[in-house]
Amino acid sequence: MNYKLIISIAKSLLLARWKQTLVAAIGVTFSITMFVTLLGFMTGLNDLLDGLILNRTPHVRLYNEIKPNKNQPVNAAAEFKSSYNFIQSVKASSSRQEIYNSGAIMQALQKDKRVAGFAPKITAQVFFNEGSIDITGVVNGIDVQAESKLFSFNDYVIDGASIDLKNVSNSIILGKGLADKLLANIGDVIQVTTASSERFSLKVVGIYQSGIGDFDKVQSYASVSTAQKLLGKPSTYITDIQIKLKDITQAPPIAKEYAELFLSDAEDIQTANAQFETGSSVRTTISYAVGITLLIVAGFGIYNILNMMIYEKMDSIAILKATGFSGKSVNRIFIFIALSIGFFGGLAGLLFGFLLSSAIDRVPFNTAALPTITTYPVNYSPVYYFIATAFSLITTYFAGYFPARKASKVDPVIIIRGK
Amino acid sequence: MSEIILEARQINKYFHDPVTVKVLSDITFSVNKGEFVSVTGKSGCGKSTLLYILSTMDTDYEGELFIDKEIMTGKKEAQLARIRNEKIGFVFQFHYLLNEFTVLRNVMLPALNLNKFPLKEIEQKAMQRLKILGIEHLAEKNANRLSGGEKQRVAIARALINDPLIIMGDEPTGNLDKKNGQVVFNIFKQLAEEFNQTLLIVTHDQDFAAHTHRIIEMEDGKIISK
Repeated sequence: MNYKLIISIAKSLLLARWKQTLVAAIGVTFSITMFVTLLGFMTGLNDLLDGLILNRTPHVRLYNEIKPNKNQPVNAAAEFKSSYNFIQSVKASSSRQEIYNSGAIMQALQKDKRVAGFAPKITAQVFFNEGSIDITGVVNGIDVQAESKLFSFNDYVIDGASIDLKNVSNSIILGKGLADKLLANIGDVIQVTTASSERFSLKVVGIYQSGIGDFDKVQSYASVSTAQKLLGKPSTYITDIQIKLKDITQAPPIAKEYAELFLSDAEDIQTANAQFETGSSVRTTISYAVGITLLIVAGFGIYNILNMMIYEKMDSIAILKATGFSGKSVNRIFIFIALSIGFFGGLAGLLFGFLLSSAIDRVPFNTAALPTITTYPVNYSPVYYFIATAFSLITTYFAGYFPARKASKVDPVIIIRGK
Repeated sequence: MSEIILEARQINKYFHDPVTVKVLSDITFSVNKGEFVSVTGKSGCGKSTLLYILSTMDTDYEGELFIDKEIMTGKKEAQLARIRNEKIGFVFQFHYLLNEFTVLRNVMLPALNLNKFPLKEIEQKAMQRLKILGIEHLAEKNANRLSGGEKQRVAIARALINDPLIIMGDEPTGNLDKKNGQVVFNIFKQLAEEFNQTLLIVTHDQDFAAHTHRIIEMEDGKIISK
């Protein structure tokens, strides 16, 4: 088969009806543009919303849960070994919240190649005293540098400098909502009462805004040593170790492994935040559905135009077949026409999609809940461009398939004798 | 005895719609190399139907058809297309030129499809054919800019491009006025006599038929004289 000839015939047929061709190509261009933009925008938003939670959530968290002891004395007694024991009103054991031997655990994590980094944390329940009013809150003792590196802590400090937590002793960064309640600004000193009724004065060095209002109303951050001081605990006291892994998908097995190895509780991100995965995948599915619908509609346009072209060019098809073009060659001509509409329309669609995406990317998007975001988020992943190209070729191929088959089955005798 | 180019053996053909009608019965004849044959008969006698069977385009018949001593009956569509491309040239009542192409490109099409010679050579051959027919000055014109007589001559040039064994014509002068019809007839005659080209022309024009070498006359689907 002479492909050069087939292409040149297809080209001349396309150009002979260039207005129709253009309309068909614009249909493809439009749908690919929308497909790329929609997916880019939707995944951009998804990433943003997921990031809101997931970026700040450790992949594996080591801690000690307050819970009843699994090994109750009656189960250990020899005479009740073979019976099933019902025990009522079991209380949580007065075990420490502290992670045992935290220093050794951190050394082990340091050596583990699967771990990207880890940050120790202490959680202390406190009252913030505002005159005669006590506001309940939480002071998180954190290692500012590790926290900033792993969980973008710095991004959420909207006022002041996070590093001051380390440099200024007895300092605190307040959540935005909490600071508003306490009428506290940077440089102010606030009063804190711990659960064991001890009062401390802490200097505000920053304001923190996570984007989740309820969270910001109760949370505050201090350095690990300040938190230890608040609780009256020694410098080895750590209640949480937050671990970031190199591969997030490995979190569940690693969490299980650490729970056994370090004799503590370990929670992985997938278990803690299962609902976010679901939300993202539903949104992505909807975007795909809309994009593919658009493409199918464009496909019908191509189908119509090719059908019309075949009726118009019946004579040409007949003479091509009479002078020795096989049905297959004629079929190829029309498939080629369809594919080139898909290819060039799709190519323009990718370009316009990219332009539209970057236009959206420049639209200001300021919301109090998201301090780090100034414009609408867009994802430019080449995967979507690749999928769009593939889909445009596949739909145009199928749109061309039936008209092309019809053209290849044209009986020249009927056409020529009919004249 | 010269070489047989085309041979039909006991060809029968039926039309099934709306009722089965026998349109050709027991057609047996052969055409030798270099012959200028015309098939005549009244309208509806089956002469065109016969031509389309002989041209391999219509495959729905009984009997056997040989072209160049090779059996055509039962061959696949793609094989038949190849044979038409290589061995048969067509001239129809209507010219069937592709309007999007120039005259030269129209003439070149079957040769480009055959894909046996390089482009330059095909171009040369096409120009030579146009020269024989006296229309080489039209080569670069678009096909839809030509007069009826010129278009038919381009169609003849297209039929000649692959040096076919046989040229088949279905009322090639039917759409032309007397003068142009005469020109086309003279071209056929010249091809037959100077270039020893085999021609099989279906026509109802008795005048045209009378000047060919051999007349096959048909009536009611049968050959009554050959």
